[in-house]
Amino acid sequence: MIKILEKKQIVPNIHSCTVDAKDVARKALPGQFLIVIPDEYSERIPITISDWDAKKGTVTFIFLEIGASTQRLAELKPGDEIYSFTGPLGKAFEIDKFGTVALVGGCYGIGGIYPVARALKKKGNKVICYSEARSKFLLYWKNKLEEISDEVRYATTDGSLGTKGHSHDELEENLRSGKKFDRVIAIGCTFMMYRISEVTRPYDIKTIVSMNPVMIDGTGMCGACRLEVGGQTKFACVDGPHFDGHKVNWDIILARRRAYFEEEIISKERL
Amino acid sequence: MAKISPKKTPMREQPPKERIKNYDEVPFGYSPEEAVLEAQRCLQCKKPQCIEGCPVEIDIPGFIDFIAQKKFKEGISLIKEKNILPAICGRVCPQEEQCEIVCIVGKKNEPVAIGRLERFLADWERSQGEFEIPPKPKSTGKKVAIVGAGPAGITAAADLARLGHKIDMFEALHQPGGVLVYGIPEFRLPKNIVFKEINYLKDLGINLYTNYVIGRIKSIDELLVKYNAVFLGTGAGLPWFLEVPGENLNGVYSANEYLTRANLMKAYLFPKYKTPIIKGKRVATVGGGNVAMDCARTALRLGAEKSILIYRRSRTEMPARNEEIHHAEEEGVIFQLLSNPAAFHGDNNYWVKEVECIRMKLGEPDDSGRRRPVPIPDANFRMPIDIAIIAIGNSPNPLIPSTTPDIEVGKWGNIITDPKTGKISKTGVFAGGDVATGAATVILAMGAGKVAARGIHEYLLNET
Repeated sequence: MIKILEKKQIVPNIHSCTVDAKDVARKALPGQFLIVIPDEYSERIPITISDWDAKKGTVTFIFLEIGASTQRLAELKPGDEIYSFTGPLGKAFEIDKFGTVALVGGCYGIGGIYPVARALKKKGNKVICYSEARSKFLLYWKNKLEEISDEVRYATTDGSLGTKGHSHDELEENLRSGKKFDRVIAIGCTFMMYRISEVTRPYDIKTIVSMNPVMIDGTGMCGACRLEVGGQTKFACVDGPHFDGHKVNWDIILARRRAYFEEEIISKERL
Repeated sequence: MAKISPKKTPMREQPPKERIKNYDEVPFGYSPEEAVLEAQRCLQCKKPQCIEGCPVEIDIPGFIDFIAQKKFKEGISLIKEKNILPAICGRVCPQEEQCEIVCIVGKKNEPVAIGRLERFLADWERSQGEFEIPPKPKSTGKKVAIVGAGPAGITAAADLARLGHKIDMFEALHQPGGVLVYGIPEFRLPKNIVFKEINYLKDLGINLYTNYVIGRIKSIDELLVKYNAVFLGTGAGLPWFLEVPGENLNGVYSANEYLTRANLMKAYLFPKYKTPIIKGKRVATVGGGNVAMDCARTALRLGAEKSILIYRRSRTEMPARNEEIHHAEEEGVIFQLLSNPAAFHGDNNYWVKEVECIRMKLGEPDDSGRRRPVPIPDANFRMPIDIAIIAIGNSPNPLIPSTTPDIEVGKWGNIITDPKTGKISKTGVFAGGDVATGAATVILAMGAGKVAARGIHEYLLNET
């Protein structure tokens, strides 16, 4: 069983959890994910790995408390054991020397871009991170991101920090004013990744998104996480989770993400 | 000797109207009296054909004779020499095409109900409390890693442990059992029975690591540093789809997803268990195999008013077991035969609303010997549906071959194995079950596990 070492709510409804998982820590690569089941009754929750320490044998993940199962996960405390913890899953991000890379993170994706940015920086890229939230108090890991990036640009819907609006507004503005990027990476909610892909499309900048469809087993068996990329059916858990944002069929994936909204509510009411 | 009763002793079962309202097992199994009566139908042939028909070579006349003598304990011990999952096999093996088809009694009458008798002994043993643990074999000092705790892996693990090898078993999911747990529904194979039989592995000294995805957390080469041999029984992979328009709409499931939600994640107990499943009033299942029957019958239990099975050939060509087809019909599954989906049509919110089918007729036999379905032009028709389940099979699991370049695979991504030993292209590595053959049956996977266990044992003895 995997034991929780640290667990805190870093901003409202977003939690950071560090566990003792030596084998996973030894193998984790930027962009891979976990499947976590907090207790016997919960769903298998796919969660992006945000950090790890191979020497200490620890793995850190950030998750948004939203449905019944993530609520259960949020209730666990240091010292508790997680019912089921599997990883690392999925393919890693391609880490190479691209030149200048923009990484956009929102929600759990702020934690998600961190290890990718770190690896890209180490590889010699110029790394510019875009971190977005509704308000300043919802932005986390500011210091961590700033430490490993050449620049972090913030966007808040209420304008309390950085640009007033979203990261895609900011990125669009930067592109229009002549900023050049060799690659853009986005991790966060589906709609944000869609908007980022639309912003970069006219500039023809390779844009990689980290897809987060509904998943069950996460190991290439059930087919729940299928999406359409370049007209072909792909499976996020084994073919991804990273895909070319300009080739993803966003209408279908946005609809598929909504498939269980009604059940989510019923599920939460009967906790 | 009394005249043999022409028919099998019947097995009592839940009436169809009642059972579609619950998830309990359909047949009740034999009482001791019924079992003894059935056992007396066996001729105790000198050259028993049934043993040859069994992929795991159970001494069938032997255990039946023990039942006839009411020596149930001796009977189950005899089975367990060859098969550690008798309660499971007694329920899900296709006996009608293995042991029972060759039964001499069956030449003129119904064959001896070998499957039901196997099930009886296993259930009897479980009702007696703890299983008897076999004496510990002398250790060989060799270590074997088993990847995948499904039917193939479990069988290989048990056989190798009983030969004195140290076994570590790795399972990707949070529970062992593979298809027995995620695929086959509770009403056909109760999970407490599966777990009880799998627990027996621990009694044999086997270590089980769940949540362990080999190929990601450890490579095969890393395993080979610590273990003398590795067995790959990673089973089914990605589901096949029809590749028709509309297949990615909401409400279109693969059989693997539908059954995994219902069985492994217990969505039939939603919202107590938190994994949801869409409960349509009109459910269309596409396919004609056992998995398709499981889906169509699960849909009824989840409250479908109409559970329609769409199959492109006729009933005669259906690959499902007769018993499964019969149970599905009894429960009211509607067979829409000689039809094949051409498209799924959805609403503006990307929810499936209709299936459009092509009508088929039967042409000349194909490679499988079954008559090939041929489309009839201009005869498409549409049916309103709330959900669709595609149950047309799956490819072998791709994870290990895709992360181990020196493993040779066939056209469908199946790992190429020597059928006599389970050996594969990589030294010290063996494979069996669906990952080698593509989707097949539980017992064939167990048979492959047995073959590989023998192959591994031989390899370990000759290893320097």
